[in-house]
Amino acid sequence: MPARRFPTTVLALGATSAICEATLRVLAERGARFYLVARNQEKLNAVAADLRTRGASGVVTHAMDLDDTAAHPAMLATAAQSLGTIDLALLAYGVLGNQAEAEASYAAAEEVLHTNFLSAVSLITWLANYFESMGQGTLAVISSVAGDRGRKSNYVYGASKGALNIFLDGVRNRIDRAGVQVLTIKPGFVATPMTAHLAQGPLFAQPSQVARGIVKAIEKRRDIVYLPAFWAIIMMILRLIPRRIFKKLSV
Amino acid sequence: MPQKSAGPGFESWGRYPKLDASVVPLNWTSDFPLRPPPATRMLPVGAGRSYGDVCLLGHGTLLRTRGPGLSGGMDRLLDFDPATGILCCEAGATLGEILDFAVPRGFFLPVSPGTKYVTVGGAIANDIHGKNHHVAGTFGRHVPRFELLRSDGTQLICSPAQNANWYAATIGGMGLTGLIAWAEVKLRPIVSRRIRYTGIKFSGVEEFIALSEAHAKSEYTVSWIDCLATGHNFARGIFMAGEHDTVAAPLKRSKPARLSLPFNFPEFVLNRWSVGVFNALYYNKQHTKTKNAIVDYEPFFYPLDKLQHWNRMYGRDGFLQFQCVLPWEAGQPGLLEILKTISSSRLASFLAVLKVFGDAPSPGMMSFPKPGITLALDFPIRREIAFDLLERLAAITLEHKGRMYPAKDATMTAGQFQAFYPQWKKFAAYIDPAFDSAFWQRVTV
Repeated sequence: MPARRFPTTVLALGATSAICEATLRVLAERGARFYLVARNQEKLNAVAADLRTRGASGVVTHAMDLDDTAAHPAMLATAAQSLGTIDLALLAYGVLGNQAEAEASYAAAEEVLHTNFLSAVSLITWLANYFESMGQGTLAVISSVAGDRGRKSNYVYGASKGALNIFLDGVRNRIDRAGVQVLTIKPGFVATPMTAHLAQGPLFAQPSQVARGIVKAIEKRRDIVYLPAFWAIIMMILRLIPRRIFKKLSV
Repeated sequence: MPQKSAGPGFESWGRYPKLDASVVPLNWTSDFPLRPPPATRMLPVGAGRSYGDVCLLGHGTLLRTRGPGLSGGMDRLLDFDPATGILCCEAGATLGEILDFAVPRGFFLPVSPGTKYVTVGGAIANDIHGKNHHVAGTFGRHVPRFELLRSDGTQLICSPAQNANWYAATIGGMGLTGLIAWAEVKLRPIVSRRIRYTGIKFSGVEEFIALSEAHAKSEYTVSWIDCLATGHNFARGIFMAGEHDTVAAPLKRSKPARLSLPFNFPEFVLNRWSVGVFNALYYNKQHTKTKNAIVDYEPFFYPLDKLQHWNRMYGRDGFLQFQCVLPWEAGQPGLLEILKTISSSRLASFLAVLKVFGDAPSPGMMSFPKPGITLALDFPIRREIAFDLLERLAAITLEHKGRMYPAKDATMTAGQFQAFYPQWKKFAAYIDPAFDSAFWQRVTV
């Protein structure tokens, strides 16, 4: 197995998210072939046209709600068949949720956990077995720095991403030895529609910047990547704050 | 769904006037019309690179075709046909993004303004021009087709043959006729990034006109002019001509600009003395009368793009732009009067540009360019004096049957605008009933 084979067949789950779209553009310029999954067909058509124009050698779109875990195996089998083999599966959807609502109601918290964690577990379970049987490939999942430590301001979202990180750690330990890369992507603040309502500070990165980091991490077969890289330091400091102090902070 | 973010005062590139509006990012053409419709009037805005208030709407809703932080948004490239050079893209794509795509494929923009950070939607809405106006006309001439979305949900494909009235009203229509969803741009082939450059020093308006005539076949021409110099240096400048090099060379993509002006300069930095020193150095940097060189297209077309946020140079209060075109029959005396008024005003214009417009008709009903000489200037806003000067320059422009450029204006009066653009009433019939702009409010009171 060549160590740094560039992915030429790509399954994008949540293909209309800003970070995903930016990443796919980089891959399209190198002539990759795509199977795109997202909820809205009209948006999928726009992304597909853009990727074809930039050099994609083929694009197939599939409109579905990825919350519908029962429909995952059929979709994934179709994608694998359409692409021949999947070199790269990029999981790139998620919801920020509303922390106040999630504090007030379990139903709101459950929605966040279902979309960000449980539906991802469903996809990753199938994909881990697929990649393990192929003995190659990259499973890249967009998580978040928010999963590194529970904070008062967004712990429901944080818990969904923290659980995802632990799940991926386990999956990696299982299938790395089969030659499969499992990449946990932890972006900090990124200027996307998901964060458009937040005040944009100097810590906000552009999706294109994060996309370049993702492609580089895939090429270097990294396990975990913070994007931009300075978030690794910020989160290390955040994790090191003693709990008796941390619990008093209003972060 | 697009989310509303109360803008912390959205600014145009000139940073004057400062008007509050809510900003709604549009990431997909299907995000418009907004659901539910906003309670206020609306105006589409791209990169916000026009200077005055043509892209502003106080207490309104700005429909931003660029994503938060200026990346993403409606920036997709939808189709490209290398046989015809026609690129179809969403309206929020910038000219720089088009170049990143096109140059490695051997294509270039049909018309380049002084910055590559404007969007295609903005380029059409202001029917922009570049250094090749005398041979290629305005940007709109190279847009065979676009789709216009109206707030009532109507979708109009516009071209010179289809919905021709809407085509003409929207080119140069200042964003008022509806939201441009996508547009086709006809690119031109190149074989090299390089420009064969000639710089010629001149002294006086007559010599400038003679040089423009002698180089009328050069694809790109523009002149820098020293507006502070008086006496025998009056109206000295450098005439610059360029052509795409025809010797094939690697067509690499440009590297992103890394330099940024991180803070506002204090007001006193740009004054008649510092600008005078700069002008003397710039004029004398070229020792010989004529200089030939081969240069990359980036510094030739976009010298200021190297420095992000260069508008901070003018301080927090921003600056005023002035651009007029004077028709040939009255051009020379009008231009002399304008230049004399400026040099005696004690105000320093840092960037002063002179160019001859050709006679290729602009396709837009409200397009600014017409045959003649155009002069572009900028003045830091300092006390009332900048406003007084602009008032006088507008009056001279009107007197000599010229007109001023809405995309660079923050001061012309309703009376002046209506005299510059007598067709404005006819144009008004095409304005989307839910759309408005601070500029339009100002010039139609």
